[in-house]
Amino acid sequence: MASRKTDKYSVLLPTYNERENLPLIVWLLVKSFTQSGYNYEIIVIDDGSPDGTLEIAKELQKLYGNDKIVLRPRATKLGLGTAYVHGIKHATGNFVIIMDADLSHHPKFIPQFIKKQKELKCDIVSGTRYIGTGGVYGWDFKRKLISRSANFLAQFLLRPGASDLTGSFRLYKKDVLQKIIDSCVSKGYVFQMEILVRANQFGFTLGEVPITFVDRVYGESKLGGSEIVQYAKGLLYLFATT
Amino acid sequence: MATKLVQWLTGLSLFFSVWASIVFDLVPVSFDQRIYQVVLPLPIYLVIAFGCYALAVVGYRTATFNDCVEAAEELKEEIMQAKADLKKKGLKMS
Repeated sequence: MASRKTDKYSVLLPTYNERENLPLIVWLLVKSFTQSGYNYEIIVIDDGSPDGTLEIAKELQKLYGNDKIVLRPRATKLGLGTAYVHGIKHATGNFVIIMDADLSHHPKFIPQFIKKQKELKCDIVSGTRYIGTGGVYGWDFKRKLISRSANFLAQFLLRPGASDLTGSFRLYKKDVLQKIIDSCVSKGYVFQMEILVRANQFGFTLGEVPITFVDRVYGESKLGGSEIVQYAKGLLYLFATT
Repeated sequence: MATKLVQWLTGLSLFFSVWASIVFDLVPVSFDQRIYQVVLPLPIYLVIAFGCYALAVVGYRTATFNDCVEAAEELKEEIMQAKADLKKKGLKMS
């Protein structure tokens, strides 16, 4: 396939204190891309982790080569949105894949994302926990209920044309992601929602692939009152402005 | 394009102007008394119906939210493989 040779996928991995997880996620990424045969690079954007994430990333670079592992660290914690902007600037691929480095997103789904993108010729492919074979691991009833309620409310108010607004495992055409990010104003959690809402507004096309979300194997996962307040604020903001 | 907020406000004001014009006799058309009995509490009925629908949908989706036990098992196994392989390749993990 000709496109296998010309297309290149840049995986953006924003990290903060992921020394344990980074080697594992990189290993899984390399395994997945080696099996599928697509051209790729992994861009690690470490925000000055005090736990030595960058040091282990350098070790990985020695192991897998600096064409595959690209390090674009920043001095301090500046947040997700700016990490993507920073990452895109250095991405050499024509597609960008964004995922969490904490092993909750499994690289085995990437070939499915790519296949879906080629099949639909769409601008974005989003992983979704909410349809088909998608799902979560490690969530109790309360967490599931909150997640489903929040999603229902978002679908009802925003009609975004995407079933999973807050998941962040997605594939984008690079120029599309650039254009969307330029128009986004939110941060953190809400930023993930805003990307898909803006994409819908611009008329970009979307494909969806069911994914399994395995909640943090190492480290603590967080869902507190402040996250819920942040989510509600973000939802209302998008409701009033888009 | 109008924002979602404006779309909602437009829809709701349309609905309530029709509703008010019937309930408060603002149009010179007289309806059967039975129609008034239905129209008057209609907004409340709709809210209740929507509430039931929302509860049913969220309840059903929560109950059928997949537990990906196999995915977690598979990941655990792959983590072991990854650790062994990386150690073999000489990566200092500590």
